[in-house]
Amino acid sequence: MTTTAPDVRKTAEPVKAKRGGVIGNTGLYIATGVAGLLFLIPFYLIVRNALMTDPEITGEEWKWLPTSIQWGNFSEPFDDVTVDFARALWNSVVVAVLHTSGILLICSLAGYGLARIPYKHANKVFYAVLATLMVPTAVTFVPSFVLVSSLGWVDSYRGLIIPGLFSGFTCFLFRQYFLGFPKELEEAARVDGLGYWGAYWRIVVPNSLNFFAAIATITFINGWNAFLWPLVIGQDPSAWTVQVALSSYMTNQTVNYHLIFMATAISILPLIFVFLFLQRWLVQGIAQTGIKG
Amino acid sequence: MSTTTTRGVAQPAPAKVSKARPRRGLGASSTFNFWLFTGPFLIGLVIFVFVPIGWSIWLSFFEARFTVTPSEFVGLDNYKQVLTDTNFRNSLVTFTVFAAFIVPATWAMSLGLALLVNRLRFMRAFFRSVFFLPTAVSYVAAALIWKMSIFNGVRFGLANTFLGWFGIDNIAWLANPDPPWYWLVIVTVRLWLQSGFYMILFIAALQNIPRELYEAASIDGAKPGWQTFRHITLPQLRATSTAVILLLLVAAYQAFDEFFNLLGKATWGQPPLVELYKMALGQNQNYGAGSAGAVVLTLLICVVTLFQGKIMGFGRGEESK
Repeated sequence: MTTTAPDVRKTAEPVKAKRGGVIGNTGLYIATGVAGLLFLIPFYLIVRNALMTDPEITGEEWKWLPTSIQWGNFSEPFDDVTVDFARALWNSVVVAVLHTSGILLICSLAGYGLARIPYKHANKVFYAVLATLMVPTAVTFVPSFVLVSSLGWVDSYRGLIIPGLFSGFTCFLFRQYFLGFPKELEEAARVDGLGYWGAYWRIVVPNSLNFFAAIATITFINGWNAFLWPLVIGQDPSAWTVQVALSSYMTNQTVNYHLIFMATAISILPLIFVFLFLQRWLVQGIAQTGIKG
Repeated sequence: MSTTTTRGVAQPAPAKVSKARPRRGLGASSTFNFWLFTGPFLIGLVIFVFVPIGWSIWLSFFEARFTVTPSEFVGLDNYKQVLTDTNFRNSLVTFTVFAAFIVPATWAMSLGLALLVNRLRFMRAFFRSVFFLPTAVSYVAAALIWKMSIFNGVRFGLANTFLGWFGIDNIAWLANPDPPWYWLVIVTVRLWLQSGFYMILFIAALQNIPRELYEAASIDGAKPGWQTFRHITLPQLRATSTAVILLLLVAAYQAFDEFFNLLGKATWGQPPLVELYKMALGQNQNYGAGSAGAVVLTLLICVVTLFQGKIMGFGRGEESK
């Protein structure tokens, strides 16, 4: 069974559709289309509300589209004095980028070491890493906060980024990946006099860019969207990420609908781009690893 | 070729280790290299994972309000306080109810979408992207759309507008726990956010089902549709289904973002992590009780993840069949 699976993948896909006939096919497309529309409603609402005036949003009559598109709404989150949205956006960029590059660097090195470098106690080390997988990081936010606050890292990039870099799970994924990396390539490189370090950077990494891209995409999305940890660490508004800022809008005394939805739209936009351009790697990464966050 | 590499992934490490050892010259430096590669990660792991957990266990035996270096040992008092706290116990009930809704709902929705998308011949990539797109949205943003626009308690919310067309009065979706409409809000937001992700897992699994099985079934007279689905597709997806259900369960246990943002000010529908947040970082800053709560929740989740590891097998991805 295992051996047949890969060949099947190419041929098996659209077989069943052929048999459905015209009626079956129409029904299939109607069902998919309706489901698709339902899934797009929330996106539609963001755009609609972001480009309307508040009286239009809160009016008696439901309006599907703005009477005139309020492009001027775009600058409002940035002009707002109650929440420093530009700062929050910048914080999120810094955090997500450093989070992603840090995790990729640290966890891939460790994964490679565990997969390929012979060492007497490598297995014991690996089991210590595995043990951390049993405890989801979200559940241990109190202990982590205790540590970070005693280091004096509350309200800082260090506090936001560094504790999240040591992901046992990402390390585990890299190890599994490197176990399957063709050995011959590295051995040739090492015969040529590159050590482990040289072989890793010159041969292994350049030949694994697909896998790195998949992990990077997932990690970036998770970093950008993280809420609990930034909420705990960002006690001062200057350290808020964009998610914490969005959350604060919901509890504000005065509600400015168009402003809030414009801010939401802006916060989602970078991810939509990441998503559209890197979807291939994302899908591949998920199918390969079965995870996100 | 591709088969051998993917199968290699499932192999445990020791075989490789012993094979590589005899190489001369490299053996001596390999210990150094091992630590060079894994050192940064392991040091961080100790400082930011092991130390906090240990510290927390220690704190949980102390009276520690507003301080993380307490002096008053109180034995198991913090545990007693946490376990008899009605809010904490209610939060476990909330989790149970939540899991009872969200796990089967997401399983069915993601499998349904995968079956639909997998049968499409045209615009397949388009629809896959449509269902997958919410994966990019944060829980906070989604909670905001749900709270401020779809399930806004006043007339101009989308749901109430829709009901208004049929002459039905406004419903206070989140502001009133009786009847508990808030569950509809909470469950649908997560359903929208994560169905597409699990759909991808199911599509990958569907494409791994050998086509011969369907051919053999049709020769045996099985009708395409429910019969083949029930007797071929579903059993073939068993490994993936199990994995998905366990992943959903663990994710539901860690639910925080949407509950915090949708029901932050409410007294109902508070899951474990929100209670923990209030206990440790709310007005009391009770790190002792918060740590005890964290220890209890960690032990509970360990049971689930151990069970999960046993079923899925570490290193044997669920798609490996």
